[in-house]
Amino acid sequence: MSVRRLAPADQQPQSFKFTPKSLEVVKFWMGKYPEARKRSAVIPLLWVVQKQEGWVSEPAIQLIAEMLEMPVIRVLEVATFYTMFHLHPVGKNVFQVCGTTPCMLRGANDLKAACKKHMGPKDTVSKDGLFTWQEVECLGACANAPMVQINDYYYEDLTVESLEKLIADLKAGKKPKPGPYVKRFNSAPEGGEKTLLDPALYDGHLGKPAKTLPNAPTTGKSKKEKA
Amino acid sequence: MLADKDRIFLNLYGRQDWGLEGARKRGAYVNVKDMLDLGHEWVIDQIKASGLRGRGGAGFSTGLKWSFMPKEVKDRPHYLVVNADESEPGTCKDREIMRHDPHLLIEGCLVASFAMKAHACYIYIRGEYVYEREILESAIKEAYDAKLIGKNNVHGWDFDLYVHHGGGAYICGEETALLESLEGKKGQPRLKPPFPAGAGLYGCPTTVNNVESIAVVPTILRRGADWFAGFGRENNTGTKLYCLSGHINTPCNVEEAMSISMKDLLEHHGGGVRGGWGNLKAVIPGGSSVPLIPAEQCEDAIMDFDGLRDLRSGLGTAGVIVMDQSTDVVAAIARLSYFYKHESCGQCTPCREGTGWMWRVLERMVEGKAEMSEIDLLLDVAGQVEGHTICALGDAAAWPVQGLIRHFRHEIEERITKYRSGKAVHAVGASKTSVEVA
Repeated sequence: MSVRRLAPADQQPQSFKFTPKSLEVVKFWMGKYPEARKRSAVIPLLWVVQKQEGWVSEPAIQLIAEMLEMPVIRVLEVATFYTMFHLHPVGKNVFQVCGTTPCMLRGANDLKAACKKHMGPKDTVSKDGLFTWQEVECLGACANAPMVQINDYYYEDLTVESLEKLIADLKAGKKPKPGPYVKRFNSAPEGGEKTLLDPALYDGHLGKPAKTLPNAPTTGKSKKEKA
Repeated sequence: MLADKDRIFLNLYGRQDWGLEGARKRGAYVNVKDMLDLGHEWVIDQIKASGLRGRGGAGFSTGLKWSFMPKEVKDRPHYLVVNADESEPGTCKDREIMRHDPHLLIEGCLVASFAMKAHACYIYIRGEYVYEREILESAIKEAYDAKLIGKNNVHGWDFDLYVHHGGGAYICGEETALLESLEGKKGQPRLKPPFPAGAGLYGCPTTVNNVESIAVVPTILRRGADWFAGFGRENNTGTKLYCLSGHINTPCNVEEAMSISMKDLLEHHGGGVRGGWGNLKAVIPGGSSVPLIPAEQCEDAIMDFDGLRDLRSGLGTAGVIVMDQSTDVVAAIARLSYFYKHESCGQCTPCREGTGWMWRVLERMVEGKAEMSEIDLLLDVAGQVEGHTICALGDAAAWPVQGLIRHFRHEIEERITKYRSGKAVHAVGASKTSVEVA
């Protein structure tokens, strides 16, 4: 298991407030659960906090506990259990380098070394405040390994060169495009698809309803069953 | 090889429009009203007849699982929960469904919820899939706007669909941990019984299904259970999304028939093993939790539940991780052990302590800094973790280690021997007896 602690008191802000824009999102999430079960929204709300501030602070945890009418310790438990929440301030761009075996087999260790070279040790904020990088566990894009999640989106099929280019672009204030960084289309094989090539699949004939479903009972029995 | 006309996921790679209009052209929502008109029992019976086995790893019959739900709705509402917490290393199939064919999942949720008399469904998507969640939310909005789901929809079954997201915990892919997490708690698995069908989400009858299991349901009903059952061997029917990763020339996701041979799958769709088939060392055939199988067994391996079970491995999620001769297989498994150590929820002692212990020993074995007797000790500890925990994470952590020792024991032994017979290392400033021997 991962043992995680809140940031020390001298890093914690005095208070936390949702911006009006964040409050909209909070409302959207809280509307999804039965009124008596509103604590279900705790993970999404912590995520809204993180989107707004970059990390999850203690005052934010207390505010969420109030809003969801649950004990602070329960929110604290959740915030420390789920590794996606940053409990310490992070750089403007967060690189989550997948280091698990499928990515490791295809060169994730080189990416980690490159990150270290350009941004300093992992889990720290780079000197210019622009970057933090972490090694994370499988991000579920193994057919596009090795990959890095930069802020929200996935950058796939990376090499040290393309990763360095990404870092340089972000430094220059550009917004690089997510997706694969070799010549391939999403998770299709490099060099072009070998399946789903039949144009008849997309001519619309599949969109026409059939008169009866296969295996539908022919007697009038089904109506009775329904009742 | 599966013909294009027999594929279910027609927009697997995202070449086409994922939106409602495009999805309808490819057959989504077609005849759904007719399916519902045939009744709850009919849907469940058809899914049973199709032989669909859960696509999330365990391979339990989907139709049978649905029939465990109470027949009548009493004081507590029924829920369907879709497990989209895809985090098994090697697996990346549900992601493609959610970002490229979300409407197949939505109509699947509707039909499955109807079969189990549920009026509400939650899709629990892993937190890191931000883009996939955005697409899914937009697709759900489209479906609501078109009155395909929601109150008083055109299908005549009131149905609400919500997306919930997690916070990056692998354990939340375990169904009861997922429910805990959905209730706003730490994702620690519950003791079973009671099973979710008796007391699941908010204490109500709940069924948890994988994204792929749900997304294929309407297409099975549209084309017929016998059509689906026509692929693969008995007990292992249907088509399946395979995720090919690791040392192959063209890693990709692909939909293929069950029971395809591993060699065909890797040679045709994977573009072959890097450096040729002869360069293959081992394959993890079903996501990190199943034991690896060495190259000589891959030759005739059949990619289905029973075929791989016979090789003492498993189909799992069909995330195929290929390792060629250049792989340090001990390091590869040690990295998986680190994964399980990191992802253990900490509830049961054998798993919490055992995963870390196994990882530390394996890390030493990578360099050969271990005793020969520790190989058996490791195997023993793995056996002590397996089956002694609330959920299957303990088993999942033990199996790769057991697989490694079963097939590559000689490699660990060689490494220990090599380390011991290597050049002696003198520590600076230490006494003259400081020759490192073990």
